[in-house]
Amino acid sequence: MSRVRAARVAPAPSAVGPRRRRGFIRTYLTPKQAIPARARLILAVGSFVFVVGTWWLLASLVQNALFVPSPYQVVVTWWDMMVNLGFYNDVGWSAFRIIAGFLLAAVAAVPLGLLMGSFEAVRSFFNPPINAIRYMPASAFIPLLILLQGLGEDEKITIIWIGVFFQLVLMVMDIAHRVPDEMLNVAYTLGASRWTVFYKVFLPATFPEVVDALRITMGWAWTYLIVAELVAAEHGIGSFILIAERYLRADRIIAAIITIGILGLITDTLFSLVHRRAFPYVEKVRA
Amino acid sequence: MSEIEITDVAMRFRSRHREVTALERISLTVPDGQFACIVGPSGCGKSTLLMIAAGLITPTEGEVLVDGKPTFEPGADRGMVFQSYSLYPWLSVRRNIEFGPEIKKVRPAERSKTSSELIHLMKLDGFADAYPKALSGGMKQRAAIARALAGDPEVLLMDEPFGALDAQTRQIMQELLTDIWQRYRKTVLFVTHDIDEAIFLGDVIYVMTSRPGRIRTTLAVDIPRPRTFDTLTGPRFAELRNQVVGVIHEESLKAVESELARA
Repeated sequence: MSRVRAARVAPAPSAVGPRRRRGFIRTYLTPKQAIPARARLILAVGSFVFVVGTWWLLASLVQNALFVPSPYQVVVTWWDMMVNLGFYNDVGWSAFRIIAGFLLAAVAAVPLGLLMGSFEAVRSFFNPPINAIRYMPASAFIPLLILLQGLGEDEKITIIWIGVFFQLVLMVMDIAHRVPDEMLNVAYTLGASRWTVFYKVFLPATFPEVVDALRITMGWAWTYLIVAELVAAEHGIGSFILIAERYLRADRIIAAIITIGILGLITDTLFSLVHRRAFPYVEKVRA
Repeated sequence: MSEIEITDVAMRFRSRHREVTALERISLTVPDGQFACIVGPSGCGKSTLLMIAAGLITPTEGEVLVDGKPTFEPGADRGMVFQSYSLYPWLSVRRNIEFGPEIKKVRPAERSKTSSELIHLMKLDGFADAYPKALSGGMKQRAAIARALAGDPEVLLMDEPFGALDAQTRQIMQELLTDIWQRYRKTVLFVTHDIDEAIFLGDVIYVMTSRPGRIRTTLAVDIPRPRTFDTLTGPRFAELRNQVVGVIHEESLKAVESELARA
């Protein structure tokens, strides 16, 4: 359920040609060809309607509100959770853990990744262990961390940290490694010192892609958090889900999962917004 | 007075099994204000030679002197223009051009005077505040040349700067570059694989051979300046062209034969 999205793709401008009706097949089934803006909107709304509609249909066919609640029921339950069960509290706990774990991971991973990408010595030293640990699933550390740290916040934050840090470091390293030599060389031949080249050319050259990497790893952080909360926690969306399962409340589980999805969508949109505001100079990937 | 001298430069790379000689004892001097071109087949090491001249690569043997003084590091005295433009995408055209003056701590008023002048000269009016992504290939390279000139180098090193441009744009850029060169009279060392380009631009042409890279022939281009589009159709141009083509053809044949012999 990682929220990795393909590179943001700018819609290709559709050509204003002679107003001649083109066949359906030619319009919609030519690879990489832009479709009319209205069709894009209709399809986007349509997909949402399709998903909810299928769900609704399924619920009314099964007629078992206990295990397959209808969308309407879930909305009602969600409201009830917020008003009567203090679900917002759990959301708050989860958000706090995510933000703390993610920030701590980013603060360590971004500088180290940049150093590994630019200095071969640093890379040679850190790359082998990080690469190995990356393949150890963060969730496998949970029992060990419970032994070492107990069931408190630091255990959850450490899980997120492990899940994010090792991935992010390598992504940032690759980004740094891809900065073209010629960009740096131009600066040297304009009289820049090594330090000037580092902070005036190398760092700014990596920024946009680093923010992209943060956006992607943020999605992974949610996965690790929920796993950690499912295993053992007093508060949080994950523990709420676990309790709901004990009471056979599929509606509550579904409402909680959808809440995570919406939170993810919000953070993703925020990252995209920051990206567009901070880096207006980045060339968009063409469709 | 700003001349660049390359003396007995050799470059060898050691791979696991053997040593490869990329450049073998190359010496050349570009006197003050001369426009020198290096032509040669791809893989002859001409770009490596230019990187050595810039101080970006340390040669195995030999040294590079600017105004008689040996240099070991890159510096603002040798500005470089690359084929890939390599403008900084996060800076506007103006800030790109002012990059050199900025790191030299030139006063802002003076900086913007320099950049305004170069923006006009390089026909980038109206694009001063645009980001590089808004520019065409030719405009990007004009901005990159402006950036190199704004650094006020003694010597301008150009590595196939027009190699990625289409033929029409390339011709326009060559004419623009000769204009600019006649205005600033910089010492230029220009690497290209395009023979016509070398003859049109250069005072002198060094023809390089490949593997190991060596200077095979030196030709003085005695076509008077200012050179224009008509220069390309003149008889002297054709003569020089035939000479260079002949040498390069001979060398290419030799290269193929030696490859066959090795096979």
